[in-house]
Amino acid sequence: MNIVTKLLSTAVGLTMSAGLALAEPAIIFDLGGKFDKSFNESAFTGAQRWADETGGSFREIELQNEAQREQALRRFAEAGANPIVMAGFAFADSLGKVAPDYPDTKFAVIDVNWLSLPNVRGIGFNEHEGSYLVGMLAAQASKTGTVGFVGGMDIPLIRRFGCGYAQGVKAVNPNATIIANMTGTTPAAWNDPVKGSELTKAQISQGADVVYAAAGGTGVGVLQTAADEGILSIGVDANQNYLHPGQVLTSMLKRVDNAVYEAFSAGENLETGNFQMGIANGGVGYALDEHNASLVSSEMKAAVDTAASSIANGSMSVHNYTDDETCPAVSF
Amino acid sequence: MIDFLTLLQVLDSSLRLATPLLLVCLAGLFSERAGIFDIGLEGKLLAAAFVSAAFAAITGSVWMGLLAGIFASILLSLLHGLASITLRGDQIISGVAINFLAAGLTVVAAQDLFGQGGRTPPLKSGGRFEPLSFPWASSSKEMSEAGPLMQLYSELLSGHSLLVYVALLTVPLSWFVLYKTRFGLRLRAVGENPAAVDTAGISVVGLRYAAVVIGGILCGIAGAYIATSLQANFTKDMSAGRGFIALAALIFAKWRPWYALAACLLFGFFFAVDNRFQNILLPAWSLSCILGVISIALLSYVWRKDYLDKVVLGGLALGVAVIAFMVVNSVWTTGITSQVKIPVVFIQSLPYVLTVVVLAGFVGRAIPPKAGGQPYVKER
Repeated sequence: MNIVTKLLSTAVGLTMSAGLALAEPAIIFDLGGKFDKSFNESAFTGAQRWADETGGSFREIELQNEAQREQALRRFAEAGANPIVMAGFAFADSLGKVAPDYPDTKFAVIDVNWLSLPNVRGIGFNEHEGSYLVGMLAAQASKTGTVGFVGGMDIPLIRRFGCGYAQGVKAVNPNATIIANMTGTTPAAWNDPVKGSELTKAQISQGADVVYAAAGGTGVGVLQTAADEGILSIGVDANQNYLHPGQVLTSMLKRVDNAVYEAFSAGENLETGNFQMGIANGGVGYALDEHNASLVSSEMKAAVDTAASSIANGSMSVHNYTDDETCPAVSF
Repeated sequence: MIDFLTLLQVLDSSLRLATPLLLVCLAGLFSERAGIFDIGLEGKLLAAAFVSAAFAAITGSVWMGLLAGIFASILLSLLHGLASITLRGDQIISGVAINFLAAGLTVVAAQDLFGQGGRTPPLKSGGRFEPLSFPWASSSKEMSEAGPLMQLYSELLSGHSLLVYVALLTVPLSWFVLYKTRFGLRLRAVGENPAAVDTAGISVVGLRYAAVVIGGILCGIAGAYIATSLQANFTKDMSAGRGFIALAALIFAKWRPWYALAACLLFGFFFAVDNRFQNILLPAWSLSCILGVISIALLSYVWRKDYLDKVVLGGLALGVAVIAFMVVNSVWTTGITSQVKIPVVFIQSLPYVLTVVVLAGFVGRAIPPKAGGQPYVKER
């Protein structure tokens, strides 16, 4: 009994001292993996930028399966990491359970903006706004008047991408046809490039000549096939223009890196509550660099920038699929 | 609604999707016919995909990639053989271990070699198996003006990578080897009654190793097809469960090569349909009629079957009837001619539902090789 008590108190003492010594931030990547060239990689870039600039270090883990979510969260919280950043909507349930148990730890979660817990910062992105902009570019670049959308897992968040995109396409060309496909209904849909390729080929055979991929690792297959077949593609989350220079029209930028960077910089003083990142505060946008300069003409750029500024100042709004689970421009 | 060219495009896609399934299915066929169950097909497929993409990227030659992929897959096969033939371990456990090993090692090795987070660099042309165009085939742009025969020739037959034709050729080859050669006879015998083969003075261990190595070669080709033909690099978990689907196809095919071809093409067809027709709109009346007919057909078929089939198929028929009723009910107010959207989830689950239906009654009993799963121990 005595020994047990002793051991326990030592253990508690150790964890507490560890907590005091290691108030370093932590980040948990979702199943797509840290280097998915997309969402998670963008989160990693933000964390790395913070580490490079401050010389600090951070803890990280890549989840391998669903069961690890809560476990990883608790491990980091027990180890005294603060704040703990999670990349992905799928953390919502686990965080709802874990956060109340660690009131002194700050949590930040990306793509979740409906939790109202005193120590949680929820960061939502207006992906429909960014997707609207790339949709406008797609419609202007398309010669056939048919464009495609390949989503990853069929969830409301991905439908929000597709819906914003479709609205942008229709804004430029009301008669345009939009073919919207989802890869699957399980998390495996984020990692199936072969299926991404086949969906793209199916869309091309239906006349699509620009395809927008919002599908994590599956999107790599979409971009590859688009390049092989000589049509244009649109990347997502991170800037993917460089993957196939001259064949990726643009990328819808979701500045997850900025969100992670800000959370890490704020440290333990992280402001909690729910925040929304849109065009107005630089949360979403489209990528223009040397790899796609020849694809985006100055008229196309002017049209998109005009729309961006009217969305930013509130004179125009893009319908958000998740508001009412309907989309005026496309049916899923 | 569906014109001839669309049908061809779907069949074309079916062929691409069926190719890796077919190769892996035949790999499983050789192995299981010799009495070695192989759950590790998925792992071998993934490992071969990684190694072929990595070697093709380093050497710039797709042939080196293919050879290296086959080599890696054979190595894993030999590991499976060592554990389950020589050491007489449990074949299922060894297979599962190979799957885990491949899933982890590929990503770690790719990260170590290329530092791109568990993927390999994109392959340039020459590092990939390019689609072969047959002579006089029309290009995709002029396809719509071509005649039906020309469309069939250019869309479906031409334009695949070399490995697709190789995969199709392995079917008659496997059939010939298994049923027309002495080696094949012995191989089948070793999966049914290894003691008899042993009594005849033929090495059971040698035959079983030969079978798993053949399986390794076929998995290697399949992996190379995924990574260097369909895609231009390796990405984490890119085999996406195809090894397991191939196993299902193998049971479906009752461990026979030509049936395997049919089963894999059917699976490929359903996957292609799911890719091409994600939102099918049908008038409610036709949908409920189709469902009703399916339900009645199932019920009348099941009437003459034994108890288990009655439960499975009868349950399914009931389910279909309930869905038909729900369809009618949902359009009660808007009228029976209004359009109903078939949910994509339904289309995506078709291959799996089909497997259950077919296995439960239509192909008859699928009997695995008798000695499958048991290590052979010589009597003393």
